[in-house]
Amino acid sequence: MTLAWIPLLTLLGVLIPVPMERFGRRLCTLATATPVVIALILVLSQLPMLLSGGLPHFSLTWIPSLGLDLAFRLDGLSLLFAVLILGIGLLIILYASYYLSAEEASGRFYAYLMLFMTSMIGIVMADNLILLWIFWELTSLSSFLLIGFWSHWTDARKGARMAMTVTGAGGLALLAGLLLLGDMAGSFDMGTVLASGEAIVADDRYPIMLVLVLLGAFTKSAQFPFHFWLPHAMAAPTPVSAYLHSATMVKAGIFLMARLHPAIGDSLLWSWLVTLTGMATFLYGAWFALVKTDLKAILAFSTVSHLGLITALLGIGSPMAIVAALFHILNHAAFKGAMFMNAGIIDHETGTRELDQLGALRHAMPMTALVTMIAAAAMAGVPFLNGFLSKEMFFAETLYTPLLGGLGWLLPMLATLGGILSVAYSLRLVHAVFFKPARRQPPKTPHEPPRLMRAPAMLLVMICIAVGLFPALLATGILELASTAVLESVPELHLAIWHGVNLPLLMSLIAIIAGVATYGLHIHLKRFVRQFAPIDARLVFEGAIQTIASIAHTLTRRLDNGSLQRYMSWLLGGALLLATLGLVQLPRLDGGQATHPVDGILLLGAALMIFGAIGTVVSHRHRLISLLMLSVVGLVVSLTFARFSAPDLALTQLSVEVVTMILLMLALFFLPQKTPRESSAKRNIRDLTLAGSLGMVIASLNYAVLTRDIDSISNFFVENSVPGGGGHNVVNVILVDFRGFDTLGEITVLALAGLAIYKLLNRLRLFMPHSDGEGRVWSPDRYPMILTSVSQTLLPLALLVSAFIFLRGHNQPGGGFIAGLITAVALILIYMARGVEWTQSHLDFPYQPVAIGGVAVATLTGLGSFVFGYPFLTSAFGHFHLPWLGDFELATAMLFDLGVYLAVVGATLMILANLGKVTTPHRPRKDDSRAGTQQPQPSSKEPR
Amino acid sequence: MEPLMAVVIGILYATAIYMMLRRSIVKLVIGLMLLSNAANLLIFTSAGMTRGAPPLIPEGASEPLRQVADPLPQALVLTAIVIAFGVLSFAVVLIRRAYEIVKADDLDKMKDTDT
Repeated sequence: MTLAWIPLLTLLGVLIPVPMERFGRRLCTLATATPVVIALILVLSQLPMLLSGGLPHFSLTWIPSLGLDLAFRLDGLSLLFAVLILGIGLLIILYASYYLSAEEASGRFYAYLMLFMTSMIGIVMADNLILLWIFWELTSLSSFLLIGFWSHWTDARKGARMAMTVTGAGGLALLAGLLLLGDMAGSFDMGTVLASGEAIVADDRYPIMLVLVLLGAFTKSAQFPFHFWLPHAMAAPTPVSAYLHSATMVKAGIFLMARLHPAIGDSLLWSWLVTLTGMATFLYGAWFALVKTDLKAILAFSTVSHLGLITALLGIGSPMAIVAALFHILNHAAFKGAMFMNAGIIDHETGTRELDQLGALRHAMPMTALVTMIAAAAMAGVPFLNGFLSKEMFFAETLYTPLLGGLGWLLPMLATLGGILSVAYSLRLVHAVFFKPARRQPPKTPHEPPRLMRAPAMLLVMICIAVGLFPALLATGILELASTAVLESVPELHLAIWHGVNLPLLMSLIAIIAGVATYGLHIHLKRFVRQFAPIDARLVFEGAIQTIASIAHTLTRRLDNGSLQRYMSWLLGGALLLATLGLVQLPRLDGGQATHPVDGILLLGAALMIFGAIGTVVSHRHRLISLLMLSVVGLVVSLTFARFSAPDLALTQLSVEVVTMILLMLALFFLPQKTPRESSAKRNIRDLTLAGSLGMVIASLNYAVLTRDIDSISNFFVENSVPGGGGHNVVNVILVDFRGFDTLGEITVLALAGLAIYKLLNRLRLFMPHSDGEGRVWSPDRYPMILTSVSQTLLPLALLVSAFIFLRGHNQPGGGFIAGLITAVALILIYMARGVEWTQSHLDFPYQPVAIGGVAVATLTGLGSFVFGYPFLTSAFGHFHLPWLGDFELATAMLFDLGVYLAVVGATLMILANLGKVTTPHRPRKDDSRAGTQQPQPSSKEPR
Repeated sequence: MEPLMAVVIGILYATAIYMMLRRSIVKLVIGLMLLSNAANLLIFTSAGMTRGAPPLIPEGASEPLRQVADPLPQALVLTAIVIAFGVLSFAVVLIRRAYEIVKADDLDKMKDTDT
């Protein structure tokens, strides 16, 4: 459990700074640092167990089906990195409290920093590949927030975006690689993966996996050619640069390579890829560090270069090389952290980072100058400092590796060249900032920063000196411990300043002398560099992003031109393609089941339906006729239901058909009267083809289904209808009981549609034109006498019928839906016969509460079952005797059905009555000047 | 009988889709109607067509005495019919409001949200 507390503590630390900010910067800093200190103590407390050969471990099952466990380990490698992350993190927290100006949101900054720290700790302690990847992505996210911390500054935003894109893309590759790796090892557990190195390297998929994993590592660790994001990430506040871009995040890729080295590192492919990439990065970074003029850019490229050095060591892969890589990770974190902090101090105190404006600062800030010079000397590899030791180990390894065979001399030569460049740029940096007179005045007059702001860098530099002087005492222990996690047998370490005169020492000597000479020739170098047009990686990157965006835009415009028909044809085309593919795979269309004979009535019905459908299309220019044709289809459909044993459906379809026709008649009145110009012949043919082929495909599909045996789940419903639902009409029992929840949703939708229509039409008032769209004058007899009297007589009868149909619904065809529709139709008839005004004055009740009440009744019925301890919508039933009417079976489902009934009545009437009353009662004469035009005009009387 | 039904459904679908692909709003609405009829028939017939055996259980029995028509598609279609009505009426009104803004019975002109 102690292990889980380490990331948990830093995670808790995310929550601390923002609320603490109001108590002042000092307290906020202290509060933020507390969990880090405790975490650091916890890490160190594991040391005894580690030294005695144990492996602190914590595991909690998270998503076992994905192989994802919340598992942490703390081996030597994790310990080394955890100390680095937490230790330097502490120094950065202290440094940042001085670096950020008083008005900046330090709470937010610390919160991001802690989030980043948590994810880094997660990476180095993860004992599960997927968990590691999750933390890996978290570092990308949190570093995005940190780089873009000064979000008002466009460079910061762009730099953050670039870092995010590059490392995020690498993260995706890494995910793929890790999934492959886990698959090859048979587990995502780190221990299992690390133990199955031989099987992994022998696997066929090894090269793909390796490339994917390395893509992740290289992008994160800014290896050539993915290095370009790092210099642009320097737009971040300097504490971030010091922490993320020198000590920790960029080392995540290196950590990953070191971590997985036992599993995937034992192959020639690995050595070639990693060593050469590392060497290329080493030289490339060093060269650009020499020619850049921005202080932080120099440090950024120098970081790139040193990361390349470490990568190359990991690629060489001999036990000594691994140790050297780990050693250099530590050393680099120390001197580069100090360098960055001092660069931040210089920037902070002078207001600029341009070498042109800096100079002779040794007078103004002597302490900073001293500290920087020592750190730079360590960076250059000057003896008696830590950088010298690991760099010499690097030189030695390049000499002894058998990697390039006959061209083996190439590696040490390139390494020496890189060394020369390192010395040159370190010297240039120190000389230009502290000694050379400034060419231009810096914006601010420099002076020494507060002592505590200098302290972190001084501490780091002291470490540099101490390790440089007493390497055997200070570094051997932790290096041996860390390398046990990577190596099977740790080589005997002889860390010492003096190994006698040997080749590596000679190389170091050459590097220092030639480096100083190179800086002497710097003027000529500058002239040489000026011949090349500088390539701004940001412009290239932004250009690429914009190209991608514009391609996406063009593509979108092509597909999505705003036309509904266009979308429909794409959609239908897709459906057509898929259905066709499915049909083609059928061995034959006919499923072999015997078909039923065709009789006359059926033939007539089919003929009528086809006639209606085609008639609707053919007569589409005469909308009334088109509607009549449409109603033919609807009626025959309802007859079809009746013929094929679906009385409930037939009843529903019949009543819905009536209300739909009324709806469409009303809609015709207020929908546009004039059709737009006809579509082109080409488009007609396209649509006809599409519609025709879809029709054929669906017909074939239907036929294929009809002639095959089906296995329905409905036997359950049939068998349980009476014992479980207490009803003999299975369809109704399904609606109100088995699938009651669906029905509840449905009536809610219906009620919502009604309410929406009510709101949409609320203020719409249309003038009645003198004639219909085709020039026919309205009948002078507005409310025909016969219709009026018949409808009024019919109303009680219809209500009685609907009550009857409702009551018997559970056992005989009928039910809430049908009864509701019949009631609605009867009321609508009154509207039609008497007009809206008369009906509203006589039937003065609003429909909205009826619809909502219906939904409420149904919901409450469902909720009622909770009272009795049953799940939502459990029904109960029993037999009751009503005088005169006989035995009744009453079920709570009936109550639910009542809700359905009310909702249907309310919604239907809300829809139709609202549509019916949008016209003004005023009817213009034929010669009225406004005749034929529709002017919406708000009524003075607020509608209900 | 089965091939005939398939043909009818195919024709209903074809006409519905053709109507929905027209530019006129009114035709879209009519196409929607046709489509819901077609889809209902398709679902209804997918469980097989049984004559003279509605899914009712005789009084006093707890299970039907003989094979009855499949009640499940019937229940599905029943709700679909009612919902189709709701959707249709909502579509009609919504289209009417859009028409007020665009002032043309032309779906091709309803391309922007802020005409």
